[in-house]
Amino acid sequence: MATIAPPDLLIPGIDDVIRDAQKHSQDPGGEQTMVLNMGPQHPSTHGVLRLVLEIDGETVVSLAPDIGYLHTGIEKTCEAKFYQQIVPLTDRIDYLSPMSNELCYVLGVERLLELEIPDRAQTLRVLMNELTRIQSHLVWLGTHAMDIGALTVFLYCFREREEILRIFEMLSGQRMMASYFRVGGVSMEPPLDFWPKVRNFLKIMPGRINEYENLLAGNPIWAGRLKGVGPLSAADAIALGVSGPPLRASGVDWDMRRDMPYSGYEKYNFKVPVSTVGDTWARFTVRMEEMYESVKICIQAMDRMPEGSIVADAPKIVLPDREQMKTQMESLIHHFKIVTEGFAVPAGEVFQTIESPRGLMGYYIVSDGTAKPLRCHMRNPSFATLQALETMCKGKLLGDVVAVIGSIDIVLGEIDR
Amino acid sequence: MTPALLTPEAIEEAQPGNPAVAALRSFAERMKWDRNELTVTIAASNIVAAAAATKAAGYNYLMDVTAVDWYPSEPRFQVSYHVLSISTKKLMRLAVMLSGEDPSVDTVTSVWPSANYYEREVFDLFGIRFAGHPNMTRIMMPTDWKGHPLRKDYPVEGYR
Repeated sequence: MATIAPPDLLIPGIDDVIRDAQKHSQDPGGEQTMVLNMGPQHPSTHGVLRLVLEIDGETVVSLAPDIGYLHTGIEKTCEAKFYQQIVPLTDRIDYLSPMSNELCYVLGVERLLELEIPDRAQTLRVLMNELTRIQSHLVWLGTHAMDIGALTVFLYCFREREEILRIFEMLSGQRMMASYFRVGGVSMEPPLDFWPKVRNFLKIMPGRINEYENLLAGNPIWAGRLKGVGPLSAADAIALGVSGPPLRASGVDWDMRRDMPYSGYEKYNFKVPVSTVGDTWARFTVRMEEMYESVKICIQAMDRMPEGSIVADAPKIVLPDREQMKTQMESLIHHFKIVTEGFAVPAGEVFQTIESPRGLMGYYIVSDGTAKPLRCHMRNPSFATLQALETMCKGKLLGDVVAVIGSIDIVLGEIDR
Repeated sequence: MTPALLTPEAIEEAQPGNPAVAALRSFAERMKWDRNELTVTIAASNIVAAAAATKAAGYNYLMDVTAVDWYPSEPRFQVSYHVLSISTKKLMRLAVMLSGEDPSVDTVTSVWPSANYYEREVFDLFGIRFAGHPNMTRIMMPTDWKGHPLRKDYPVEGYR
């Protein structure tokens, strides 16, 4: 029998919280505590997160998240789909960073297939991923500020987010669930007016980020609500599986883009913002810095955008060019085969990791040599980060729970899948 | 297709100084180096000791615990632990094979506390028990749900 983890890192369940509260209330001479239910319809829980808290006055004694309200069985659905048909499903896992999910999935399948991806497709993927990161951080900043009570920032953030969504629409026809990446490349060449539009956006964006900082960073209420709230040490963050900006805000210098590069990230120059404070304020500053860095990566990607093909040279995997399909017998056969029976992927298993806006994302794809995956599992950053919520909130005020939930930037779609 | 390396010696030659190969040699039933990933299969009874040895070799960050259902072959379930070493920038996979009859394995929450939610998820969706887990309850499905949806023999259509 195994020994149990040290008590400060035990993550209680709902039953534990309620049982403890009952025990405390019967304790003669002890403090009277009460159980508070928060959610699943609470606006500051960013979706359908339900928390069960034991509180002593306004102090949180313990806390347990209840998840699963959005569980749709995406992993089960994946097992019934061809490999290419899964890309639109991955979009819907983390609906605020669809392109990151797509990238992680297609990189995993491409590693199973051992495909070589052309440089132009890789650069387009990096560009789209960094725009996704800015877009996702804008939603985080807007909603986080709104939770604290600063309503104005939300409107500004969504103004810029709308610009990015227009760029996505221009590229793929879809504002949010773009399904732009394909196994073997990307789906289509961007239209000509895409380039000036992105250039223009990247020119104005640093000024806009500065504008948000001016609205918030000097505000004494904002500082008072964030500084010293929800501290998390580096050791606890690693032990509880926290990743992304919360991990870097706790002083662990780890970024998948730099440390285990994928899709050509080793060719870009960027800084990884790190803070050693570990509180909600540190997470705020780390994400703000990350937006500036993402703009820099986008500019580099635009500058180095190579010419060439946007799909790999693999006619049995990538759908043929429309014009070729109508004029060449071979292409028509390939098209028919790919659409009707998919493409077989060699047997094997891969765990593909990338840095999503929320942290370390991993896709575990197991193939048995057929055209449908035997298993497709998603390791999503929010799921692990939620485990650390108790450690961050214990012994703190109830009002700070809302600030902490905002600062870890969870998306319930990817927790529940 | 690049062939997979299957012996510790071959992996040691291709990846000199990989800390996991040396640390897990005594536990490993099988070792595989495929598509730049190291997979070490160990006996279910050794999992906590092997996890501790892996952590001692620098693999301090548990990314994921999940399972694969190889139904109808036996042993049916494969539990996969994906671990990352932040200092050496390497990742590896520990694998445990379990039979379809009452599958159970010891929890690794004592080594990596973050395994808590992952093991609950595997229990909920595959019905694999983790002995010694502090809170072995369903996490995704409702508490009164019958069956484990990610098993391959779980019905996907019809009334229930």
